[in-house]
Amino acid sequence: MTIPPVPAIELAGVSKRFGAVQANRDVSLSVPSGSIHGIVGENGAGKSTLMSILYGFYEADAGEIRIGGEPRRIRSPADAIGCGIGMVHQHFMLVETLSVVENIVIGAEGGPFLKGGLARARAELAKLSSDFGLAIDPDALVGELSVGLQQRVEILKALHRGAQILILDEPTAVLTPAEAEQLFTLLRRLKAQGRTVILITHKLREIMDVTDRVSVMRRGEMVAHLATAETSPPELAEAMVGRRVLLRVEKAPRRPGAPVLEVVGLSYVDERGYETLKDAKLTLHAGEIVGIAGVAGNGQSELLELLAGLIQPARGVIRLDGRILTAAERNPARLRKLGLMHVPEDRQKTGLVTAFLAAESAILGYHDDAAFGPGPFLSPGAIQAHARAAFAAYDVRPADPALKTAKFSGGNQQKIVLGREIERAPKVLLVGQPTRGVDIGAIEFIHRRLVALRDAGVAILLVSVELEEVMALSDRILAMCGGRITGERVADAADERELGLLMAGVGEAA
Amino acid sequence: MLGLDPSISRKSFPGLRCAAPENDGHVMNAAPIELPRWADSGLVPLVSVAAALLVAGLVVLGIGESPIEATALLLRGALGSAEGVGFTLYYATNFIFTGLAVAVAFHAGLFNIGGEGQATIAGIFVALACLWLAPLPGFLLVPLAVLAAAAGGALYGLVPGWLQATRGSHVVITTIMFNFLAATLAVYLLVEVIGKPGSMQPETATFADHAILTPMHRLLAPLGVRLPATPLNSAFLLALAALVAVWALIFRSRLGFAIRTLGANPRAAAYAGISPARITMVAMAISGALAGGLAVNEVMGVQHRLLLDFTAGYGFVGIAVALMGRGHPLGIALAALLFGVLYQGGAELSFDKPSITRDMVVVIGGIVVLFAGALDGLFRRLVAGGLRVGKSG
Repeated sequence: MTIPPVPAIELAGVSKRFGAVQANRDVSLSVPSGSIHGIVGENGAGKSTLMSILYGFYEADAGEIRIGGEPRRIRSPADAIGCGIGMVHQHFMLVETLSVVENIVIGAEGGPFLKGGLARARAELAKLSSDFGLAIDPDALVGELSVGLQQRVEILKALHRGAQILILDEPTAVLTPAEAEQLFTLLRRLKAQGRTVILITHKLREIMDVTDRVSVMRRGEMVAHLATAETSPPELAEAMVGRRVLLRVEKAPRRPGAPVLEVVGLSYVDERGYETLKDAKLTLHAGEIVGIAGVAGNGQSELLELLAGLIQPARGVIRLDGRILTAAERNPARLRKLGLMHVPEDRQKTGLVTAFLAAESAILGYHDDAAFGPGPFLSPGAIQAHARAAFAAYDVRPADPALKTAKFSGGNQQKIVLGREIERAPKVLLVGQPTRGVDIGAIEFIHRRLVALRDAGVAILLVSVELEEVMALSDRILAMCGGRITGERVADAADERELGLLMAGVGEAA
Repeated sequence: MLGLDPSISRKSFPGLRCAAPENDGHVMNAAPIELPRWADSGLVPLVSVAAALLVAGLVVLGIGESPIEATALLLRGALGSAEGVGFTLYYATNFIFTGLAVAVAFHAGLFNIGGEGQATIAGIFVALACLWLAPLPGFLLVPLAVLAAAAGGALYGLVPGWLQATRGSHVVITTIMFNFLAATLAVYLLVEVIGKPGSMQPETATFADHAILTPMHRLLAPLGVRLPATPLNSAFLLALAALVAVWALIFRSRLGFAIRTLGANPRAAAYAGISPARITMVAMAISGALAGGLAVNEVMGVQHRLLLDFTAGYGFVGIAVALMGRGHPLGIALAALLFGVLYQGGAELSFDKPSITRDMVVVIGGIVVLFAGALDGLFRRLVAGGLRVGKSG
């Protein structure tokens, strides 16, 4: 045996606590140089905290970081960059009104005058582009680039700062399948050049496709370090959750009833004048789940918000129960009374008030209900009793209505929203990203609830960026691209590649 | 060991925080520093006030006086006699009204700094009611005049609210402007229209005896309680009622729920079917009506006529009161009392120690605002650090 090479990154006994939450407990990790290392775990398992420690956003309470064998203290992102660590965040840190090359020199201008730094960056950009096959126009405005290209700018930015170790946090969440494939090709090239990549994801297939080794986190701890070739998705899922998980959704054949929600020629023009939803047409029957497949930002959100009455259409008609909705009826309060409930895509920004008690969040939108107090008043007793019952029925943990909403995990917040919207027997349920940021155990629960609701005759419109989720839950699938519905498939007959093409707006095979 | 001091280990990068990964949400979305409720609403303001007094003490020391002696004089002047207490509570009445006014708007996410202007308009309304409705008997006239004050303040708060709701004109800007407009209007009216004929002073005629609020020493005399004559009047009872009413409104009513939702998360409010425009206007109207309480106390309760500039900056101090009281009526009551003590004690102090002018009280008030408002985060961090040490040690 030869002496093993020094690992690029070694973490030993790293712990971090936020108030009552132990985000990382005695975490150890060793990433060999020149490899792609995956980190998987449920949401809230501590992956992002760990990477934030590595990148200097937080300092660990205890533990040691060694970069290339040297113990290092990383107190800020500047320290991390100094150690050769680069990070590509899930949400890009780009200035949309600046060009590619300007974005790349931000923070590395190299002096009080821009010119020299820009010229150097431009030269290096050309070199990096040819080295890694990353074609990009250095003078294009970042805001006008596609999401995939913006991500490429982020990667180039890190490489420009001399990153030998690249951390990517959920990089494919915003990409089409084809863009994701290009990203993986790039990661393999980086690896071939001897750079080290850490890939944080919750998509097990990506781990299997691209990584050499994988570490599994659960509840702030590392529970497994595995060689990718020697493991399997079911084994990883079990390690993540700590028990066996049903990855498929069991559901009976659909028995659709009468059309409940019909949409014809629906268009939306945003405040900048862009038509972000174009001529949408769809029909939703009682007792079916219609899924919208699409990469984020292709008009699904607008469709959902239009139907929920949060924004108003430029053109088009919405029919509920055969009756055209008037402008006065197209507001959330009226629509709720008509039986159209809405689980919004972004529960923390829209569906809940994180500063409120959980019991208060559980009546958001229904605070005018006579059940919650006499006349103009709200009775804390009635609100708490309602929340206790709802939390028990929807398995919200902890079942404490007097706790602040912000203290609940993503999955439990989602159960609060879902329970609130479902318990009033909707006719139509609009559901956006039902399991975004939700742990696997809660995903199962939420999926089963939605299927049970469909079996009870509710018409459900599901919008999700998780293609797997759309395919597993839906009876029919509509693909969206560029604000248009590009195709429809019966879920049982749909295949992922074909949907991927529709989502990319390619080959509109009718 | 990597980080020894947890209180400084959390780096703040405002520009980067938005990039915090969404999935570990419970960590990133928590308020920067989480404190137990008692510490948040009790300890932190207390530490702020203590620090403010300490700094004020240094200023007193700087002008060559003893801070301890000054404090003793101040407290004795404010609380050492029945007369002092009466004055203290009279000042506190003003601060309760203006503090509540700021707080109600604040719960809706609005910063109403137009308390002065709203109180000025309320003063005009109340004066007109007291003068014009004088033929009515007192039991009708007094409630009507109080309602007139509330209506005047509400109307003058509603307009900036309406501008914000429909035109997007920021209430901070409009309410400041409206303060000047109200002051100018009051000058015009007092000089040209409703001023006392033949008087050189810009003031109205004195109200009839049945058109004023009963002073506390007269109110309590039939009960056998003998109090010295002070400006304290039955408006104080109205202020106490307003504290309870605002508590019920904000924390126990459906409207309050809508107001708090709008203030905490406007997107969630829209999602919940709460009309932001409507709630903005309603909250500003309620806020203005509460500021009108200042006019009730000063015009109906003390001066018994409308004077120029009777608002005397109480409307602005209300911002400090609301900040210190954390927007909660109980906190506002305590903060109003504190400012009452500072005002009354400060007046006594400047009488005994001419080198410490009343402006010192303004300085102390300013320091309290600075410490309780602007530097709030600093003390939260200190308190959080202290609690952690206390727990582990």
